Amino acid sequence: MAQQSDIKYIAPVAVDIQRKKYCRFKKSGIKYIDYKDGEFLKKFVNEQGKILPRRLTGTSLKYQKKVAQAVKRARHLALLPFVTDNLKTN
Amino acid sequence: MANQYETVFIMTPVLSEDQMKETVQKFEKILTNKGAEIVHQENWGLRKLEYPIQKKSSGFYHLFEFKGEGDVVAELELQFRRDERIMRFLTVSMDKYAIAYAEKRRNLRNEKAAKAQEETVATPEPVEAPAVAEEVNNESQTEQE
Repeated sequence: MAQQSDIKYIAPVAVDIQRKKYCRFKKSGIKYIDYKDGEFLKKFVNEQGKILPRRLTGTSLKYQKKVAQAVKRARHLALLPFVTDNLKTN
Repeated sequence: MANQYETVFIMTPVLSEDQMKETVQKFEKILTNKGAEIVHQENWGLRKLEYPIQKKSSGFYHLFEFKGEGDVVAELELQFRRDERIMRFLTVSMDKYAIAYAEKRRNLRNEKAAKAQEETVATPEPVEAPAVAEEVNNESQTEQE
C-alpha cells in the first residue's frame, strides 16, 4: 500500500509548462519608463501596492531598477498608493 | 550646457480655475525670469489622488518641461515650498531617453487633440449634453496616456 502512495508522488503532477520569462522592456525596445503613467506601473505592483520582484515579472536588472524608481516617483505624486488593499479591483 | 528638467506639481483643489491658472503663470514667470526656456507644459486638470494629501483627495496637476541651469531648479523648488497652494512637487532631470519619450508623448497628445477637434468640428452639435460627454471621454483617454 505504501508503495502505491509513493508512486502517486513520483508520477508527474499536472503542472503548467513553465514558459520562459522575458524582459518586456528589452523585447519591445522601451528605453524610458514613465513615472507619470500610473496605469502602466500598476502592472509591476501587487494588490497591496508593493513592487513585484523581478523573479515574478521577468524584468531584467537594468529595467527593474528603472521600474522601481518610476514606481517610487509615482507614489510621491499620488499617482500610485503607498499602501492599499485590492488595488487591482479598483 | 543647460540641462533639461521636468517638474510635476499638485495644487490644492480649493482653488478656482482662474486662481489655478494664475498660480501656474506665477511659476512660469519664475522660470523665465531665471533664464529658463520652457519647452512644454501640460495641464492635467483636477485629478483624484491615490491617497489623501493635506486631507484633500484631489488636486490640480500641472507639468513643466524646461531647459536651464541647476540654480533654476533650486529657485523653483524654494518658491514651491513657500507657496501654500502647492501640495506636492517633483522635479526630475531628463536623460536623452526621457527627452525622446517626452517628444513622442507630446506628438501623441497633439495628434489626439487635433483629432478630437476635427470630430467636434465635423459633427454639428445637435444637443449640448452628448457633446459634453464626448469631451469627458477624450479627457480621460489623454490622462491614461
